[in-house]
Amino acid sequence: MNHSISLTVNGVRRDFDLDDPRVTLLDLLRERLHLTGTKKGCDRGQCGACTILVDGKRINSCLALAISHDGADILTIEGVARGDQLHPVQAAFIAHDGFQCGFCTPGQIMSAIGMMSEAQAGNDPERIRECMSGNLCRCGAYAGIVDAVLDAQARMDESNQRRSA
Amino acid sequence: MKPFDYVRPGTVAEAIAAAAQPGAVYLAAGTNLLDLMKGGVSRPNRLVDVTHLDGLDRIERLADGSLRVGALVSNADLAHDSEFARSYPAVAEALLSGASAQLRNAATVGGNLLQRTRCTYFYDTASRCNKREAGRGCNARDGENRSHAVLGWSESCIATHPSDFCVPLVALDAVVEIEGRTGRREIALDELHRLPGNTPERDTALEPDDLIIALRLPPAARSFAAHARYLKVRERTSYAFAVVSAAAALRIENGKIAEARLALGGVAAKPWRARAAEDVLRSVAPTADAFRDAAWRALADAKPSGDNAYKIELARRILVRALTLAAAGTPARLPALPASPFASTSGAVHA
Repeated sequence: MNHSISLTVNGVRRDFDLDDPRVTLLDLLRERLHLTGTKKGCDRGQCGACTILVDGKRINSCLALAISHDGADILTIEGVARGDQLHPVQAAFIAHDGFQCGFCTPGQIMSAIGMMSEAQAGNDPERIRECMSGNLCRCGAYAGIVDAVLDAQARMDESNQRRSA
Repeated sequence: MKPFDYVRPGTVAEAIAAAAQPGAVYLAAGTNLLDLMKGGVSRPNRLVDVTHLDGLDRIERLADGSLRVGALVSNADLAHDSEFARSYPAVAEALLSGASAQLRNAATVGGNLLQRTRCTYFYDTASRCNKREAGRGCNARDGENRSHAVLGWSESCIATHPSDFCVPLVALDAVVEIEGRTGRREIALDELHRLPGNTPERDTALEPDDLIIALRLPPAARSFAAHARYLKVRERTSYAFAVVSAAAALRIENGKIAEARLALGGVAAKPWRARAAEDVLRSVAPTADAFRDAAWRALADAKPSGDNAYKIELARRILVRALTLAAAGTPARLPALPASPFASTSGAVHA
């Protein structure tokens, strides 16, 4: 049985015919849209490499059936920069060596962006580590990741203050 | 993953009708179900997607002072609801100590109640497991069983229930609202999860087409807000299931405990309410001796199911420490590491 769904992916509306309801958001992004920035690590919700924002909230796309998210608004790593201007979190990961091999990095960055909008961690490194615990980094770049998140948080707070002043 | 039909009902009545077919299961966020399906542990013929049903995502204060939480409210939304966290701090702390931020954003209240055991033999389809396949036998019984049950287990099954959320909920007398073929009914959360006996394949008291609609906390559940904690020992500080956990909630009046509520997690196939230990604490001063007596009482019937005798002593100590923390008072802000004995603001010396 065929199912039609539509999703907004990085600001663009997309319609899909799914001939099999088993397709996850992760597989749809990678194999139908060729948005391969979202990584398949464990495929079981344990590593966080597949983290994307769905309706503004970070989730594991490997454990989300595409068909169940009909109508959702999706943001992936491909959609966070503005042209050549990196997202502040992307720039901070580069500035602070927040990665080595880079495989977990799109998930780390999407998770950090989601975390900042949740506004639970602020600039407390211990809370940032706790709030980022769903993203594993086998290279162990955690120290750089926490520094990058702290820096990006400070820059975004600063620019929000400027905007509201 | 085995192929399945997908249906997306528009109403609760349509959902129940769609789930009447053998092999049908409800799909909420799928954070546990899809994992089990990918591993071939769950093999449903049909998924009935309830995530688009209206009206199940609300948190409502009822006229009598109880709180009703729709089954589709996410773990994160519930934990971060400021009135909820103020009224039921141990429940919020338990929610935030579970899984990862990504999973908490997706996972639902109803789904959390129905999550399956994390016993590795249940997950490994090459192993024998009476819960996965009735009558197959149990490889955990003589296997790697240091994380298994010490209370309420049987020769058929020594698995534990993995939920953090359910532990303070059962202590606070939470009630589950269910819609089924025969209409609406409700049961105490304490009666939702079953002990294994000879039928460990049945986790709960639900019939296959029963749908959890909401969870309710009775008016009295708020009276513990000033002295309520959840404490969880795990093998890493974040993003791990409990080895042993405890919820402790006290109502203290004139320097004495007017009422205590205690429950343990990670020790049995259900969140384990420790009623006899609660009785020990009635009308006594909140002292270390009283807490130790209560902890001994709570574990009086515990016995190892394998290499896990350590969990009995660990559970006693976690209970004493959770009681000590609860007596000291609910912190104004949740610790950076929720429920962790290593949290810098945990406030108690080792019990």
